[in-house]
Amino acid sequence: MIGRRALLTSTAAILAAPAIIERANAQSTFDWRQCKGQTVVVSLTKNPRGQNLQDHEKEFEALTGIQVISEQMPEQQQRPKMVMELASGNPSFDVTHFSLHVSKRVVDVGGWLEDLRPYLADQKLTAPDYHWDDMSPGALRAVTQPNGRVDSLPLETDIWLLYYNREIFARKGLAFPGTFDEMLASARKLNDPANGQYGFVARGVKNANVPVWTSMLLGQGQETVTPDGKTLLTDTPEAVWAGELYKAILRECAPPGVVGFNWNECQTSFMQGKVGMWMDGVGFTPPLLDPKVSKIVDHVGFGLMPAGPKAHNCPVFTDGLGIPVRSKVKQAAYLYCQWATSKQMLLNLVNMGGGASPRLSTYQDPTLLKASPFGREWLDTLLASMKIARAGLPEIVPVTEFRDVFGIALTNMITGGDPADELRKATEAFKPILAQSLKT
Amino acid sequence: MSAATAALTPHPRVRSEGRRNYARSYWLFALPAAVVVAAVIVFPWLFTLVMSVHDWKVSGNVYFVGLANYLHLTQDPRFLWAVARTLYFTAAAVVVPVVLGIWAAVCFARSFPLRGVARTIFVLPMMATPVAIALVWTMMFHPQLGVLNYLLSLVGLPPSAWVYSPGTVIPTLVMVETWQWTPLVMLIVLGGISGLPIDPYEAAIIDGANGWQMFRYITFPLVWPFIVVATVMRIIDALKTFDTIFVITNGGPGTASETINMLLYQTAFGYYDLGYASAMVVVFFLLILLVSVALLRVRKLEQWQ
Repeated sequence: MIGRRALLTSTAAILAAPAIIERANAQSTFDWRQCKGQTVVVSLTKNPRGQNLQDHEKEFEALTGIQVISEQMPEQQQRPKMVMELASGNPSFDVTHFSLHVSKRVVDVGGWLEDLRPYLADQKLTAPDYHWDDMSPGALRAVTQPNGRVDSLPLETDIWLLYYNREIFARKGLAFPGTFDEMLASARKLNDPANGQYGFVARGVKNANVPVWTSMLLGQGQETVTPDGKTLLTDTPEAVWAGELYKAILRECAPPGVVGFNWNECQTSFMQGKVGMWMDGVGFTPPLLDPKVSKIVDHVGFGLMPAGPKAHNCPVFTDGLGIPVRSKVKQAAYLYCQWATSKQMLLNLVNMGGGASPRLSTYQDPTLLKASPFGREWLDTLLASMKIARAGLPEIVPVTEFRDVFGIALTNMITGGDPADELRKATEAFKPILAQSLKT
Repeated sequence: MSAATAALTPHPRVRSEGRRNYARSYWLFALPAAVVVAAVIVFPWLFTLVMSVHDWKVSGNVYFVGLANYLHLTQDPRFLWAVARTLYFTAAAVVVPVVLGIWAAVCFARSFPLRGVARTIFVLPMMATPVAIALVWTMMFHPQLGVLNYLLSLVGLPPSAWVYSPGTVIPTLVMVETWQWTPLVMLIVLGGISGLPIDPYEAAIIDGANGWQMFRYITFPLVWPFIVVATVMRIIDALKTFDTIFVITNGGPGTASETINMLLYQTAFGYYDLGYASAMVVVFFLLILLVSVALLRVRKLEQWQ
């Protein structure tokens, strides 16, 4: 006799069958080898994202029959190379890896990259298990231009957090700071220059230092320009508060010479056990846990960006992959981008500690971090950060000038400049540059 | 005129025809070089001049602005500071290696055990790639973990911030330049010393001159032309130094080591403002031209004396 439960199960299975079969058919009919024999040239930034793609490149070639020629370049060289080649109208690459927080607006104004919306909507080109709606809302916002164009696929969302040395904190009997005020107080207590110990470190060198200040500014619930990108908010009382915090913590509690520190000098100081806290991107985790280069493998703590007086946010910076409109193998290039941002590849990225996946499903995957040295605290910090993430830099064309002008102001603060005065001067200096960029 | 001489002297008519033919051939031989020079030197220069009178952004439209970019340069404090820094860096990066190079050349001109080995070791820095050297120096300059501060601590000196302080960054970069390019000055001056006659020195010894007097009144005046050549080469090299500064400081901290080269690179490839960067290039070129002409003029005046 057939029971009621069995009947219901059977009925549900029969009703669901067409959808399952359709999905299976779609999966089996998707042709990954439709561009077999073509060659795709890929320009990558030298970082864990680029490394992840190169490490698995052969798998893509086996899957598609497409040959990949890829090159990783340091971002300082890759960024201008990409823009100059795209502007020349004859780029040497078919796929380019770029930082949306730096180049998003300039590639849109230039109209250099392919709008990928038709590709995403085309079932012949997009695998049914790609699931565009699996991308996090923040990542979708990052890759969408103001006019609605989607000219890149999100490859990574770099969350900023606060690394800390648990051993040093325990020695001083301190708890991880929950607010920026507590962070400054803790840094002062941890600071012991006579014994080569410092409370805090973060980027002091111009340009690279701006996200540290914007991280603090987000604690006031404020970004650096208005949402329309037309008005600067860089000399408001909130911006000055963030400047004063930046000045106090780096001037009083950071190692000597921090004014010239980029992320690598900060990382080295932290890895050698000389510093209590380090504020920077999650993508810099792997060397901290590598016993060959780190002295603090067992003491690394991962903490959420502290809260400010008005808000609790952390900055996020997104990488993307785009296809030049002048590429002659756009479909093959799109298959590469699709594979690079697939569920499996982004899972690999998180497992190698190379950054945060823009896909929501990555964090539901049962194999996540199973074969990885990164523990629960790292993952919990990552997940909590994603919920409070906001853009860390303004979406304007002259981002590099913005970072240089305000970076110099921040550098001057470390060497004694008054935050209100420096920010006022920098704002006045940058206003005409922003106005000029809005005309073109 | 002997018969043999007459046979060797071409007939006037034949010679003029020959000259005409040769002249045509010469033009053809020179043509490839002329085309290459026009393509890789003249055209880029003309194009740079054209860009410098335009508002030329990579992602925007191009507008003719006349001399506006040049006028902006005269009011741009960042550019004016970059010019001052370039002159400061150049002066130091020329004087120190030239003085040390002359001293080293005088030392190496004397005979002493293992002189060949010592000379080889001394010229090694000059053979290394500047970017690779710069990376090694960057690691050594780290205020907490660099070997230089460790060495200072061994002799009881306080640590230095090296390139991590606006006050010490240019002297430190000059130190790297000195380390790398003193051997070049030494080689040039040593070449001059090795060709000097021995007679004046013998006469000086008979007259009771000491070592310093022989250097001051014999060696130095005689090798002066070589010193001028070394100085001109150093000035041109120091003015256009880019790789070392780019790798070690990227113009920082702040703008403390931002020379004209660094600023124009950032303007062109960071801000993508090709018009303004081109105006900087033109001014920079004129500066180098001015210095070079002045030095050559000084050298000619010396020769007339």
